[in-house]
Amino acid sequence: MSNYEPLVVERPIQDFQQPAPVSLRAQDVHKRYRKGHVEIPVLRGVDLDVRRGEFLSIIGQSGSGKSTLLHLLGTLDRPDSGSVHLDQRRIDNLPSAEHDRLRNQTFGMIFQFYHLIPEMTALENVLLPLMITQSWLAYRLRKRVNVERATHLLDTVGLSHRLRHTPRELSGGEMQRAAIARALISGPQVLLADEPTGNLDRATGGEIMQILRTLNRQQQLTIVMVTHDPAIAEQADRVVRLAEGQVETVS
Amino acid sequence: MYKFLLCWRYLRTRYIALASIISVTLGVATMIVVNSVMAGFAHEMQSRLHGILSDLVFESHSLEGFADPQWHMQQIRKVAGESIAGMTPVVTVPAMLSFQYGGNWVTRPVQLIGIDEKTQAEAGEFAQYLLHPANHQDMKFDLRESGYAEGAEHAPQNPRKELRTAGWVHRRKSMVRQRNYEAEARAIDQKDKPADKQPAADPFAGDPFAATAKNDQNVFDPLKEQHTGLVMGIALASYHDRQGADRFLLLPGDDVKVTFPTSGTPPRAIDDIFTVVDFYECKMSEYDASFVFVPLSKLQELRGMIDPANGTRYATSIQIRLRPGVDANQVRDRLRMAFPPELFAISTWRDKQGALLAAVQMETAILNVLLFLIIAVAGFGILAIFFMIVVEKTRDIGILKSLGASGRGIMGIFLGYGLSLGIVGSGAGLTIGLAFVIYINEIADLLGQVTGHPVFDPSIYYFYRIPTIIDPLTVGGIICGALAIAVAASVLPARRAARLQPVEALRYE
Repeated sequence: MSNYEPLVVERPIQDFQQPAPVSLRAQDVHKRYRKGHVEIPVLRGVDLDVRRGEFLSIIGQSGSGKSTLLHLLGTLDRPDSGSVHLDQRRIDNLPSAEHDRLRNQTFGMIFQFYHLIPEMTALENVLLPLMITQSWLAYRLRKRVNVERATHLLDTVGLSHRLRHTPRELSGGEMQRAAIARALISGPQVLLADEPTGNLDRATGGEIMQILRTLNRQQQLTIVMVTHDPAIAEQADRVVRLAEGQVETVS
Repeated sequence: MYKFLLCWRYLRTRYIALASIISVTLGVATMIVVNSVMAGFAHEMQSRLHGILSDLVFESHSLEGFADPQWHMQQIRKVAGESIAGMTPVVTVPAMLSFQYGGNWVTRPVQLIGIDEKTQAEAGEFAQYLLHPANHQDMKFDLRESGYAEGAEHAPQNPRKELRTAGWVHRRKSMVRQRNYEAEARAIDQKDKPADKQPAADPFAGDPFAATAKNDQNVFDPLKEQHTGLVMGIALASYHDRQGADRFLLLPGDDVKVTFPTSGTPPRAIDDIFTVVDFYECKMSEYDASFVFVPLSKLQELRGMIDPANGTRYATSIQIRLRPGVDANQVRDRLRMAFPPELFAISTWRDKQGALLAAVQMETAILNVLLFLIIAVAGFGILAIFFMIVVEKTRDIGILKSLGASGRGIMGIFLGYGLSLGIVGSGAGLTIGLAFVIYINEIADLLGQVTGHPVFDPSIYYFYRIPTIIDPLTVGGIICGALAIAVAASVLPARRAARLQPVEALRYE
C-alpha cells in the first residue's frame, strides 16, 4: 500500500499559510449512562480541540469513555452537559434532522466491526450515504457519476477487485477498506475512527493506518481516531489520553 | 433510495418472512374463490328465478281464483300500464300426478299450472326451459314427432339417449307394445273362460261407412292421437343414477293421470288423462321436481272455473312482466294501493324467493368475515416476525443512522418491507385464487376422479357447472384489505426500529 493515488475529495481548499483553526471542539462535556438503577458517569468534563487537518488519536483503557466521546463528537449521541462545536458552530443541541445531515455530509465514520450492511455489495455499501441523501430519482439520474466516484474510492483503498462482493465474502481488512471508502464518499470534513484496527492483525492494521495517514497527509483530512493500542496511537500527529472520563495528558 | 434497495434485498433474503405471508396468500386466494363462487351462485340463481318467476305476480288468496282475468288485466294496465311489457292469466293448484312405471303406479305431488300458451311467452321465459327446440319459438301443447334436445347445458359425459326417440316415435312403439300385452292377456283370459266365446255381433256390421264414422268420432286411437298436452318438470320424470346419468321413468309420448281439486267449497278431487308433450328443465331442482304445466282453458274447464251462466272464466293469478329498467318494487307498491289486499297478494319475484337470496347473501357475508379473520391472524404473524427482524437488524439500523438516515427513513424501510410482503402475498393469492376460479370445474372434475364421487353434484345444486363471477371491485377490496393489514402489522416494529438510539444499536453485537 505504498503507491497511493491522491484521493479526490470535493471540499473547500484550505489556506495552510495561516495557523490551522479549530475544527471540532468539545467543552466541558459530561455524559452518564444508566444501567438499571445505577448511573455510571462516563465523561466528566472533557475539553478537547481538534484542529483542521490534524490527525488526533484518543487513547484510553476500556471504559474510559473514549468511544462515547467520539460518538458525542460525531453527533451520534447528545451530551448531558457541555457543548460540541464544529467551526465555531454549536452542533450538540441541533435538531435530529440536522444531526442526520451532519453525519451524512460532514462526518465520516469507521468502526471496529466495520459495520457494513450484509445485504449489500461492497460497492453498494460505499454508495449508501449517497443513497440516503439523494431521492430515488436524483440517484437514478446521477447513478453513473456516483458509481464512478465509489469505484474510484474503492480503487484508492485497494479494493477495486471486490466491487460486487458482499461483506460475507470479504476479509476483515477488505471490509475496513470498504468502510473507509464509504466514510469518504460524501467528502467529509472530519473522519471519526473508532478502533479501526481493533479487530485486525498487526499487518492488516498497519495497512489501514497507512491509508488513514495518507488521507491525512495528502488531503489534509481531519481525523479523530480512538484506540487502546499505544503503538497505533503514536502514528497520529497528537495523542490525547483519556482516563476516568477526563483528559489526562496531551502529547 | 436506500429504502427501496433494502426492502428488495430483505424481501429476497428473508424466507422466514415469506413464510409469514403464506397465510395472507391463502386468505386472499380463499376469499377470491369464495366470493366469486358465491357471486356466481347468487347471480345464476337470480337469473334463473327471474326467468322462472315473472317480475310481478298478482294472485288471489283462494284456489277458486278471481273472475274475469281480462278485466283485472285492464285494471292493472290502468294503474301501471306504462311499465308493463306483458301479462298472462294463470291457474295454479296443488295436484297429484300418477304414471305407470314397471307395472306400478307412481304418484307424485306436484304444482299444477294452467298456462295460456299464446300469452305465456309475453310474461316470462317459460318456453326457453322446454327441451324441444321448436317449443322455444312457438310453444304448443302438441306432441312432436321426435327431436327432443338433451338440454343445452346438460353434462356431456352423460348423454340422455332416451330422449332421442321420445315423441310420437316413442308413443307408437309403447302403445303397440301395450296393445300386444293386452291382447295376450285377453287371449289367456279367454282360454280360461271359453264360455263367453264370441263378442256380440256388431249391429252396424253391415254398414262400412257407419263403422269408419264411429271410429273417427268416438274411439281414441293412441297411435295417432294424444290426450291434452302436459309439460312436466324433468326431475319428476327422471332420477340420477350413481354415475350421475339421468334415468327416465317416462318420456314425452307417455300418458299420465293428474288428480286435482275442483273449484268450489269443499273441493272435490277429479282426475284426467294427459299426454306428456315435453319436459321443463330450469335446473332449479325445486321447480324441476314440482312444476307441471297444462293448457289454461282445459284446466279451467275441468275445475269448473267457467261460470255456466255467462261463460266468465276464472284465474288464480296474473303474471306480469315489466319493461326493462322499471323498478319492480315501485310498481308493486302502486298495485297494492289499487287492489284490496284482502283479495289479492301482489309480490315481486324477489319477494317470492327473498329467503333464498337473503340466505346466499348472508352466507357470503359470514364467510367474508371469517376469511378476513384469517388474514388478520396472518397480520399478527407478520407483526411477530417483523419484531424478530428488527431485533436482528438492530446493528444495521445503527449503521444506517450513523450514516445519516433519519428515523422516518428507517421506519419507511420497514413499512415498505411490510407493504412489499403484502404485495407479494396478496399477488400470489390473487394468482392462485383467479386460477382456481377459472379452472374450478376442471379442479372439481379432477377431485371427483381422485376421490371417486363427484364434488359438485348437480342434483344437489341448481347448476351443472359451478358458476363463478369475478367482481373486480371485490377482488380489489380484498387486495387492499390484505395490504392494509400487512402494513398495519409492520407499523409497531417499524416505529421501534425508528426510535432505536444509534449508539445503542451500534453497540449491539
